[in-house]
Order: sequence, then C-alpha cells, then structure tokens
Amino acid sequence: MPTEQKAAPARLAVRKTYKLFVGGKFPRSESGRSYPVQGADGEFVANAALASRKDVRDAVVAARKAFGGWSGATAYNRGQILYRIAEMLEGRRDQFADEVRTARGGTRSAARADVDAAIDRWVWYAGWADKIAQVRGNANPVAGPYFNLSAPEPTGVVGVVAPTEPLLGLVSVLAPVIVTGNTVVLLASETQPLPAITLAEVLATSDLPGGVVNLLTGRVAETAPWLAGHADVNALDLTGVDDADLAVELERTAADTLKRVLRPPLTGADWKAEPDTDRLTTFLETKTVWHPKGA
Amino acid sequence: MAFEYAPAPESRSIVDIRPAYGLFVNGEFVAPADGESMKTVDPATEEVLAEVGVAGAADVDRAVAAARKAYQRVWGPMPGAERAKYLYRIARIIQERARELAVLESIDNGKPIRESRDVDIPLVAAHFFYYAGWADKLGHAGFGANPQPLGVAGQVIPWNFPLLMLAWKIAPALAAGNTVVLKPAETTPLTALLFAEICQLADLPAGVVNILTGAGDTGRALVEHGDVDKVAFTGSTEVGRQIARSVAGTRKRVTLELGGKAANIVFADAALDQAVEGIVNGIFFNQGHVCCAGSRLLVEESVSEELLARLKRRMTTLRVGDPLDKNTDVGAINSAEQLAKIRTLTEIGEQEGGQRWSAPCPLPDRGFWFSPTVFTEVTQAHRIAREEIFGPVLSVLTFRTPDEAVVKANNTPYGLSAGIWTEKGSRILWLADKLRAGVVWANTFNKFDPTSPFGGYQESGYGREGGRHGLEAYLAH
Amino acid sequence: MTTLPAGAGAAEFAAEVTATAASLRTFLHGLPGVDKVGADQRAATLATRSIKTTAKQWALDLAIRMVDLTTLEGADTPGKVRALCAKAMRPDPADRGCPPAAAVCVYPALVPTAVETVRGSSVRVASVATAFPSGQVPLSVKLDDVAAAVAAGADEVDMVIDRGAFLSGRYDEVFRQIVAVKEACGAAHLKVILETGELGTYDNVRRASWLAMLAGGDFIKTSTGKVSPAATLPVTLIMLEAVRDFRELTGRQIGVKPAGGIRSAKDAIRYLVLVNETAGDDWLDPAWFRFGASSLLNDLLMQRSKLATGRYAGPDYFTLD
Repeated sequence: MPTEQKAAPARLAVRKTYKLFVGGKFPRSESGRSYPVQGADGEFVANAALASRKDVRDAVVAARKAFGGWSGATAYNRGQILYRIAEMLEGRRDQFADEVRTARGGTRSAARADVDAAIDRWVWYAGWADKIAQVRGNANPVAGPYFNLSAPEPTGVVGVVAPTEPLLGLVSVLAPVIVTGNTVVLLASETQPLPAITLAEVLATSDLPGGVVNLLTGRVAETAPWLAGHADVNALDLTGVDDADLAVELERTAADTLKRVLRPPLTGADWKAEPDTDRLTTFLETKTVWHPKGA
Repeated sequence: MAFEYAPAPESRSIVDIRPAYGLFVNGEFVAPADGESMKTVDPATEEVLAEVGVAGAADVDRAVAAARKAYQRVWGPMPGAERAKYLYRIARIIQERARELAVLESIDNGKPIRESRDVDIPLVAAHFFYYAGWADKLGHAGFGANPQPLGVAGQVIPWNFPLLMLAWKIAPALAAGNTVVLKPAETTPLTALLFAEICQLADLPAGVVNILTGAGDTGRALVEHGDVDKVAFTGSTEVGRQIARSVAGTRKRVTLELGGKAANIVFADAALDQAVEGIVNGIFFNQGHVCCAGSRLLVEESVSEELLARLKRRMTTLRVGDPLDKNTDVGAINSAEQLAKIRTLTEIGEQEGGQRWSAPCPLPDRGFWFSPTVFTEVTQAHRIAREEIFGPVLSVLTFRTPDEAVVKANNTPYGLSAGIWTEKGSRILWLADKLRAGVVWANTFNKFDPTSPFGGYQESGYGREGGRHGLEAYLAH
Repeated sequence: MTTLPAGAGAAEFAAEVTATAASLRTFLHGLPGVDKVGADQRAATLATRSIKTTAKQWALDLAIRMVDLTTLEGADTPGKVRALCAKAMRPDPADRGCPPAAAVCVYPALVPTAVETVRGSSVRVASVATAFPSGQVPLSVKLDDVAAAVAAGADEVDMVIDRGAFLSGRYDEVFRQIVAVKEACGAAHLKVILETGELGTYDNVRRASWLAMLAGGDFIKTSTGKVSPAATLPVTLIMLEAVRDFRELTGRQIGVKPAGGIRSAKDAIRYLVLVNETAGDDWLDPAWFRFGASSLLNDLLMQRSKLATGRYAGPDYFTLD
C-alpha cells in the first residue's frame, strides 16, 4: 500500500532503547527478543525487551547477591537512599508524566497527579525504613531471667508481579518491599512496561546498590512461573497477576519451597488510597532473640 | 559407691482413661458418622490405651458447621471481655487439673513426667492466661483500631507437645474471636479430649471449640473444607507444602510451623558447662521430638575435643526409661513408625561415614526406645546433617571462624531456630543478626514463653505463634 | 583451658601455672566462664530428682556419715563441745545401727576438749583457723592459729581465704597464703573456705576453687556460715565441676564441703544428687564430701526413723545438745 512520504524533521529525535535492569546494569534480554509496546492510543511507542527464564535466573542471582549488603545496611542508610530516589523522581516529573500519559491515556493533569502521588508514596515508604522495627518489634516479658526481643527482618529475595498502573502502582508495590531490606525481581506490567524502565534509570543513579531492584519486562505468563518455582526466591507478590488461573498456578508452585505469597487483590486495588503497613509486613520475618540475664 | 535411684513413679491412678472416645462436636461427644475408630497406644509399654473416633468428611462438615454457627451467633458477637473470662476460666481449670493432664500426656506421648509436669502443662495454662487478657484489648495490639476475627479456624497439631500445641492454636484463635475445629495428632489424642471436657466444665458455648480425632485424611478434609477461613498447622514440612498448595486460589489465611534443622553454635570461649547443658537440652529434650531442636552442633575446632568429651560424659548420666518415673530424663519414642525413621536415618549416618556414639543407657524391653546418640565426623553433605531426624540424635560439625559458622548454620532450607554459645556479647549480637532463623537462643536453648513469638523462616513455615505477634494470624485487618 | 603435658601430675601443673603472679592470673582468667542462669537452672533441675525408698535410706546414712557437726559460737564451752562430740559419735542413742558423723568442727581453743572426747572413735576433729571467719589478720597470726590447732591434735584445718585480696585481684597473695597454711598444717587435712557469699559471681567461685586447689588445699569449702548466702546448690555445682575438672587434668582428687544453711534431709539429698551427677560417685564418700552443719543431723535422723517405722518422727525423740 503506498503511503504518503513524510518530510524529514528539522532534527531527528534520539530514541531510547528500553532494556532490562539487572544487577545495576541495563542488559538486553539474553534471548535477544523484544516486543512492541503500544500506547493507550494503540500507536507503537517503543520495543521493550522480552525477558526469558534465563533473565529471571540472572535477576534472582543478582538479587541474592545484593541481599546481604542491602539488608545489612543501616535503616537510616536505606531511608536516605529511598529518599534520594524520590528526589530523582521529582527531577523527572515531566518525563514520567509524558510516559504515564502515553501508556495510559487521559489528561496531562491526571498523569501529573499520578506522578506526584507516586513520588509522595515513595517518600512515605522511605520514612518507614527506620521505624518499622519499632512498630513491628517489641520486648517480650517472659516469665524468667531472660532478655527477649522480637524484631522484624527482611524475608529475602522477593518476586513481584507489578500491577498495570504504570508508575503509582509500580511504586506502591516496589518501595515497601525494598525499604525493609528485601531485594526484588520485579516483572513490570506487560502492557505498560516503559515507565518501569525509566524508573530503573532513576534507581541506577540514586546510590541504590546494584541488584537490590531488578526489573524485567515481557510476558508475565512466561516469566512468572520461573520466579514462582525458583528455590532462591523467598516470597512472591502476585498483585499484578490479572489472570486468576495463573495466580492459582503460581501460588501452587510457590508452595514447593513454602514462599510467602501475597495473593492478587479480590477487587481492583485503589492505588490512590493511603496505604497501610501491610505491604511492608507481608515481606518481613519476625526474629526473636533470647539471652539469660545473670551477673 | 554408686547412688542408685530407686524407681519413683508418678501414680497413674489420677487419670481415668475411658475405653472409647467420640468426637467433640458442638459441645458434646458424638460417635463418628461412619463409626470408624483407631487405637491410641502407650509408647512406653505398647499397651492400648483407648479406642478413639476417626472423623470422616461428614464429621468435618458437622464440626465446621457447628463452629460457623457458634462464630456467627455467640462467639463473634460476644464482647471481648466476656471471651476473656472464658479463657481465664479454662486456664484455671488447667492449673487445677495440672497433675492429671501431665500424667495423661506422659502416658499417651511417652515424654518424661518431669517435662510434662514442669514444662508442657504449666506453659499450657500460661498460654491461655496470656491470650485471655488480649481478648478485650485487640485494638491495642497494633493491627488496626478495630481488628476483626477471621471466622472458623481449622487447626491441625502434631504429637510432640500435644496439649501445648493445642494451647498455641486455640488460645489466640479464641481470644481474637474465632471459633475452631482442631485435629490432634493420630498418636496423641487423649489430652485434647480431656481438654474438650474442660471446655464443658468451663461452660464454653457449644461449637466454639470442636475436637476431631483422626489421621491424615481427617486433617486434609478439615484443611480443605470450603467453609474454613483460617488454617493453622504445625507438623512436617512435607504436609505443610501440601497445605500451602491446597489453599492456593482460596481466601484462606494460613500459618505453618514446620520442620527445622537448627544449628547450635559453640565458640571456644563459651561457658562450657552450661553449653553442654544447652546442647543436651537442645537435642534430648522431649526425646528430640522438637521441631526447633538443636540437632546440628557446630563447634569451634579449637574446643571440639574438650567439648565432646564433656558432652559424652554428661550423656552417660541421662536416665532413659519409664516416662512416669520422676527421675527419667529421656522417655519413649512416640511411635513405632517414628522409631523406624530414626533408626533408618542413623543407619544412613553410619553408612555415610559418621562416627556414632550412643550413651550406654539400659533400655526397657517393651515399648519404643532410642538411646541418646551423637554422630561426629559429620559434614554438611551427610543426610543426618540436612534432614530432620526428630529424635535424640545429634550431628556434630566443626568450624574455624565466625563467618564459617554463619555460612554453615544458614546452609539449610529450614530456618526455625538457632543457638549461640559464647561469652562475647558483641559476637552474639552479630551472629543473631546473621542467622536466618525465627528464634535465636543465645547462651540458652529450647526456652518457650506465651509472650514470645515462635516460628520460622523459609521452609520452616510462616506466621508466628505466641506473643502479640501470634494474634495477627487470627485477625483480619 | 591449659592442657597438661602427658604424665605431669598436680605438682608440676601447679608449678607451671603459678610460676608468676601473671601466669596465675592468666590461668584463672582463662577458665571457662559460668553462665549464672544456666548454672542455676541445672542445679534446680537436679533438685527435682525424686529419691525414694532404698535409695533414700542409703542416702540418709551416707549424709549422716558426711556431717561435720559444727559449733562456732563465741559462747562455746568445753561442755558444749563434749556434748557435740557425743552426738557425733552416736547420733541416735536409740539406734545402734546409726552411723557416726564424719567430724566435729570447732574453734582452736576447743580442739583439746574435742580430741579428748572423740578419742577412740572414728570421728575426726576439725578446727577452723586463720582468724576465722574474717581472716583479716597478718599472715603470721594466721599461721600461729593453724599451728595451735594442729598442735592440739586437730585432724583437719578449715582456713578462710583473704577475700579482700582475691577481689582486688591479688591472686598470688591468696595463693601464697594458702601454700603457707598448708605447710603449717603438716599432716592435717586442709579445707579452704572460699566464702562464696562474698565472692559475688560464679566466675569468682570457679577461680577461687582452682586457686585453692592449685595451692594444695585438700578440700574446698563454700562458707564460714557467718555470711549470707552460705552454701547453695549452684555454688556447690560450680565447685564440684572444678574438682572434677582438676582431677581430670592433674589426677589429684579434691574434696568439697558445702557449709551453712543446709538444714533438712531433703536438702542434703539434693546435694548428694548433685555430687552423683556432677563429679560422680567417687566423691560419694565422707573422705571427699562433707556437710558443714549442725541442725541437719537431727533432720537426717528423723527421716531415717520415718523410713524405718513408716511414721513421721517428732523432734522430742532426738537429742538436742
């Protein structure tokens, strides 16, 4: 079919190649695959990397490697880094607003409001870093001459299937998992993955150690089962799994190594609502330490 | 001159074991729908103690329906302060009948009377007493201003601490406003049935607590029942996996308290005599039928020879035998099946090159017995260093540096408990941070308290029992 | 813990670790620590042993044979001591089968009376010395005290250590004093009183036990009876562990004597259980374990009578001296 010849623009834009984010680097999928991502208007926006099971494997290795350092960092340090991420996000408000609007449609002001909410959400979670242990931990008055203290600890490597709400939803599931010291392999929204990769660019420039967050784009149905079955993943957040059968299958697979599983919400989540601490506490373990008291 | 302790048996006459027991449903004892029954046996004598009902699917339906009705009409709407008083009542009756419960527990389970009398039953009463006080203070527990119960809890418990595990399950569930259907273990149903009588004596409303005896099929039917809102299980990791699979796609909330292979880490600067006691208590307490048992001893190489000599000397003083003798330290293995499992794993331990040493204890002729045993020359690759034996068998490994101790201790899919023995405070705190385990005992071991949360990391399960944290498993928020 | 070269005995070992004040200090501070809660718990668990029937009978007789029947009052007189000796030799005049006590324990001034009274019996005479109970006099006075007791015929000398010197870390000074006292004892057996109630910690009890053993004490003894707390089960447990480990290391066996506060037969049996399951049955002999007590003896007798007759005994039927 003959098409009308477009006139060359005065300056040709430099397009971004959207890649994965693994171990602090931006590799292409080891499979060499990509898939086209459309905007809300159905127009092609960009190609995203189509992650494979081997990318999942690499991401889990990176997340595990980062766990010791990140969980061992002081809570103050983690809080500072998360706040720094919010600062970086703020500097890119316009870019995110454009990407959110392209992905989701709607008005420019609605997209801006979403970005602002996402930044504020990030700040809210950042502040939890050095408070959650005080809220979730306590001394236990045991009936004997013992010091006894319970405190929360991160669960470990958490697999997250992010919801389709491209930035606010993403931030709302990611920040609470990492602020407590977990590391993450996150499967971005299949249909609206691009803001996630842009977020990765923010993460990569915010003193967040490489591997704490690993972001994969692609087909959830293809990659999520590998995450659910991976024996070095400790927990699974299925919030973004829209296919109910797949969610059941993933939960069943996760049972093989007794992963902690956060099931998808019964009804669509309201990301605008003020969060509680559930997303923090779901990925925490309670450790209780005893010691005798005697001179 | 040798000091031979004469037998000092606790009297059995205090307990009255009925020849047969029904199921406890909706406040009364009823026969199972299909009339099936099983026998429970005294593991110290192999004598049959009683015929006990086996609940089938119809019985599970009936019990869950009774619990649902009690939840909706009585227990759910009841003010917390009133629920509290029922629980306090139960705690008091347990204290009043402590001796009877202790004797019955030792007869049905095989554990020494010293433990059932001084550990199990006092903790049971304390557990009800502790959670009673929470019933009218739930809004202060940190799980929201007005936390709500979940509904009907299906609970399945193991045979190692029969009544204590019942208390860990029922006390927080009831305090939070749930009703329960509980299945005690196949081999140890008797104290749960006596507890049912205690519920009657406390005038607990019908259906709030239902006790269904039976084996694995009964447990499965309960856990998979469509009208159960909450599943709580303590037992093997394998069954825990099945439960986690079976609830997939439901809205059931689940807590699992599963197996363990705890490292008990001893440094050269430890208080050695107390460390030896801690090792003994860690692995020979309750015949080693303890999910959090310190079954892997990690000793710093520079002190391993001396420590092992002390440990073996101490083990020769362990008194194995009649569970009802007040001087017995190690009682009977709970069942023939468990004894066979322990034997199989220890044989494998020998085949794989572990050096076996068993305390020279005379064992009774009848019943199920296993001498306290230590394996040295064990490496991480040996099955006895990786698999839960759930018996009085200790595997000894060595390490050279604190980092190596941490790596070896954490090198397991389990993560229930760990022990640390050193006189150096900063090392304890460093290790306590590094060990991936839900309970860390430093310079002590196998201590339990109703106020202290208990539960594991990884394949040792999820959720916590005990303490403020234990309420969360039974509250919607 | 220091390991001993093969074949070395107690003397060589002691010579090595006590060669200098510094080496002694290093050794004592290198002993494994004691966790108080764990030690208390172990003692409490052993206290739940239930000793019945034949075992109880055996234990009661053994306990009687282990009593150092003691009077250490400013008001002691020869008459009082003679009565005490009579009681020690024949605790239950109504029962010829009742064994005698191990010894009487008196002040040095009363040793001649005691020696005179017990002559010909198996009862030995122990004398406290070294300015009991405080020990706060010059060494020469302590040695004179010991010499007087020994000269008067004491079989055993119960000395007190200088707790002040011990607590201020002058272990060498305490060591040298014990060595000097031991020398002054000649053939008499030396019991070294640690006065554990003043030592403050179980770690100190363990160090003081080793110090006394290294210096040549034949027994280590908990208390003077003049300080509270006197003997306790956990303190005795620590001391039994010390003598057990010392024999393992050097081949030399040391005795243990809890003293003060042990009043009932039930308590005494708990101590015997502790001995049995800590140091072992080699120590279940009056040569290696003693009770420093006075009122304990009558309770042992009453329990003995209960076992024999099946009825509870009354105090009016046992002699009070």
